[in-house]
Formats: sequence, structure tokens, C-alpha cells
Amino acid sequence: MPRSALTGSRIRARRMDLGIRQTQLAEDCGISASYLNLIEHNRRRIGGKLLVDIARTLDVEVSALSHGADEALLQELRSAAEAVGDTDAQDRAEEFAGRFPDWARVLVGQARRVASLEQAVETLSDRVAHDPFLSASLHDILSTAAAIRSTSAILAEEKDVDPAWQARFHRNLHEDSRRLADASRALASYLDAGGDTSKVVLSPQEEVQAWLERIDFRLEAVESGGDVADDILISDESLGSDASRALARDYLRTYRSDAARMPEGAFCEVLAEHGPDPAVLEATFAAGYPAVFRRIAALAPSAGLPSVGLVVCDGSGTLVFRKPAEGFPLPLFGSACPLWPLFQALSRPATPMRHLLEIAGRVPRRFLGYAYGEPSRPMGFDGPQLMRSYMLVLPAPTTDEAVPPTLVGTSCRICPRPDCPARRELSVIGVAE
Amino acid sequence: MGGRVLLIEDEPNIIEAIRYILTRDGWTVDTHSDGATAMDAIHRKKPDGIILDVMLPNRSGYDILADLRGSQETAALPVLMLTARGQTKDRELAERYGVSRFMTKPFSNDEVLASVRDLVPR
Repeated sequence: MPRSALTGSRIRARRMDLGIRQTQLAEDCGISASYLNLIEHNRRRIGGKLLVDIARTLDVEVSALSHGADEALLQELRSAAEAVGDTDAQDRAEEFAGRFPDWARVLVGQARRVASLEQAVETLSDRVAHDPFLSASLHDILSTAAAIRSTSAILAEEKDVDPAWQARFHRNLHEDSRRLADASRALASYLDAGGDTSKVVLSPQEEVQAWLERIDFRLEAVESGGDVADDILISDESLGSDASRALARDYLRTYRSDAARMPEGAFCEVLAEHGPDPAVLEATFAAGYPAVFRRIAALAPSAGLPSVGLVVCDGSGTLVFRKPAEGFPLPLFGSACPLWPLFQALSRPATPMRHLLEIAGRVPRRFLGYAYGEPSRPMGFDGPQLMRSYMLVLPAPTTDEAVPPTLVGTSCRICPRPDCPARRELSVIGVAE
Repeated sequence: MGGRVLLIEDEPNIIEAIRYILTRDGWTVDTHSDGATAMDAIHRKKPDGIILDVMLPNRSGYDILADLRGSQETAALPVLMLTARGQTKDRELAERYGVSRFMTKPFSNDEVLASVRDLVPR
């Protein structure tokens, strides 16, 4: 029903709120009761002097009868109805808001609250699913439990187990039960420390992170050369705030610029010939190391590369971009390992660095970390110098295994290295012995 | 006499326990712990069946499974996958890659033994 046709409904609602009989209002305005009845049921259009007379008699502004509730309120009401799939309620949103404006605002407030709580639940679920410590800890506990279960079953159920094997299995059980106890205690301690759920509302950075993970850090529309507006590309439900959309626009701007300077086809050709060597790619495209790092990270799947990570921090060391590589988890909260080349590059601006990294874990894994610190002066010579550091993380080829690696972790909190000189806080998990 | 089983797993005490129960049941058991070189080990050992952990150092079990199914030589090889992640999406991922059977930790020896007997030709 069109909005202009609902003036009658608002007249009827106002009249009933005031307790005025239909015949009385008709008489006061000099029309018949039957004609007013048709108006109130939106079967006759109304305007001009008659509308002014009715508004004056009902002691409201003409606009309150002719325009009804404000559009923003109506939109939110319709959205609330849409969220529960009630199309009738969507159609009658204006009538409802016109008759019960206070209740309409209450309902909209409740709908906002529900949406906020749903987002909080989603955020918590996402954090649990992606928290590197929880994931590693649960894997550790379940693997140890599997070992204990298998070993104890052999000792309890198998007959004639050789004494040497018995001794071996007893020793394994002792080791595993101790490991299980340590891992369980660490997990309990971690969960206790993380019990504060007050900070569940997504920050703009977290919203952007969720969006980027959803699109796998890659914008197909840009790669295919389509002329798609920014607003369409970032029309994602996870980008719920102006701040996050502004950050997403920044990402888009940079992505478009990188794609223009290093088109996917030409870039993949060089990758295919030389592998993911940032030096060769930089020499070929002269786009700068940060852009080359970003491009490798964005094109990794299409170029047939293994999982590639990219981390960016600002001059304070705060991580402002996180694309994890498989096996090289990045901290969700708190600070990262200070031994990452990412942070060394902050003190050596414009100097390309390459390190073989061995990340701590029950089974250490090796990666190549390419880092580059980029200074900038966005306010000119008189403004402050800003720093941004980039680290590209690639699985290490086996040919580099002879080079002594730099021993790193994810963050001190979940790093098991016992004698790390850079440790700033105790680990919540058992340290390696 | 059982066939040859290659156990690709990085947890040493799980390796010992599974190797023990399978060996006692008559199977020849080879072991390997590194994901990156697992395919080499498979081609070298030529097993009749594989027990494959998902979370391996340097390469995931899913990637290894995808390679196995992509090669004519190993496409039909029975693969029992072990994982600490028992979520539906993990199981679906394994099935999409062509796993023969999927088992979540902590499993029992009987389950492992029954699966190997069921999947791997003697």
C-alpha cells in the first residue's frame, strides 16, 4: 500500500487515541460520517482544507497525518519484520508506526539489540574457531588422549606383551599423562583469563578482517577487470560500521592500484617462471616491495602457490593486517612474537630482509619471512614520519634447511620456547624441555 | 600375513601404539612423520593402505590426500584419516578429497584395527 494512501489510517488512529467518535469528528469538520469512514479506511484521498481542518480538530500537525512516521523508523521496522520473515508485518509497518509510534521505537530498539547480540555471538564463535591457542591446545589434548587410550588399551587388553614393550608403554603413559595434565591446566588457565566477554563488539578492524577472510583476501571483480563500484564490492553484512567501510575502501583502493600495476596474467607468468621471489617480481614490475608482497598474498591460490601469509604492522608494532599462512598462526589478541623480521624491519626502513623462520610448536615448521619497512610522510616535510612494516610468509623450500633458522613463535603467551631472550610474559602452555 | 600399511603421523606415542597393535595382527607397518615428504614415502614404500593424520608438519593430510587421489597410481589406495578435529566441515572436506574412512581422536585400538581390516587388502 503506498504511503500517501495511509493518511486515513493515521487520522483514525489519532481520533481513537483521543477518544473522539467518528460522527463527532465528521460533524466538527463539516462532512458526513460515511465520507469520513471512507477516508479513515484509505478509500478516499484527502488533502487541502479538509486535511487542515481535521488536523486542527485532532490537535496535530498536518504533516503528522500526511507523512506519518519518519522513513528511517519505517525502514528499521520493515527490516525487523523481514528478519523474521513476516511479509504482512512489512506491509503494515507504516500503519503500525503511525498508530503506535512509541511502541514502534521500542520494537526497533529491541531489533537493534537482537542484531547486536547475534553479532556478539557470531564474534565469539569466530574467535573460538580461529583462536590459534585454543586450536593448538585442543589438538594437543586430543592427540595425547588418543595416545594414552591406545597405549593403556594395549597394556590392559593384550596378553603376553613383551616386558621391554611393557616398560616402553609404561614410560609413554607416564609422559603422556604428564603432558595431558599440563595441557589441561594451561587450557583452564587460558579460558579463565579469557572469561571477560564484555569486549565482544567487533572493532572496525575485526569487521574488515572477517570480510577479508570471507572473500579469501581476493577481489575477483577487480581481477576480472570489471568496472564495479566500491560500494558494491564492500556491500557485505560483516562491514556494519562506517569506520569498517572506510577501512575496506582503503583496502580496495590499494588493491585496485596493485592490480593495475601488476595485472594478474603478467604477474602469474613471472611467478610461474621464477617462483614467489619478491626480488624478481619487484625488479620486473617496479611496484615496490609492499605492493609485491600484497600481490603475492592476494594471488597465491590462483597462481598455484601454497598458503601464503602477510602481516602488516604500523610504527607502534600494532598488527593492522593479518592473513595467516597455514602452520604460521597469527595472534588474535595481544602482541606478536618480537623476533619476527616484521618488527626488525621497523628499525631498518627501506631495507629488504629475508629470514628462514622456524615457528615453535610440538613439531616446529619452517617458513621464509620476507620483510620490508616503508616510511612515509603523508603531511609533507613538516609532518611526522610514519612507518609501516610488511612481512610475507612463505613455506620454506627444503633447500634452505641447511641455513640456521631464526627461532620464532606466535606470541609469548602461547610460545613454548623456554629460553627465549625476547620473552616478555610467561607462556600459558607448558614450555618445551 | 597382512598387507603393508603406511602410518603417516607425527605423534610418536600414537605411532608406537598403532604400530604395535597392527604388527600383532599380522600387518607390516611403515611409519612417516613429515607431511612435505609423505608422497615420496608413499611411492617408495608402496603400501596397500594408509593411515593419515590431518595435522602434519609442513603439509596437511588433506593436501596429501588430494595428491593421492590425483595420481593414477594411488587413486584407489585405501586411506584412513585420523584427526583431532571432528567437526562436520572437516569430515566433509575429507570426503570431498576422497577419504575412505574418517576417524576422530581419541579413537580406540579396536576401531583402528577394524577399519584397517575392513579397508586394506591382506
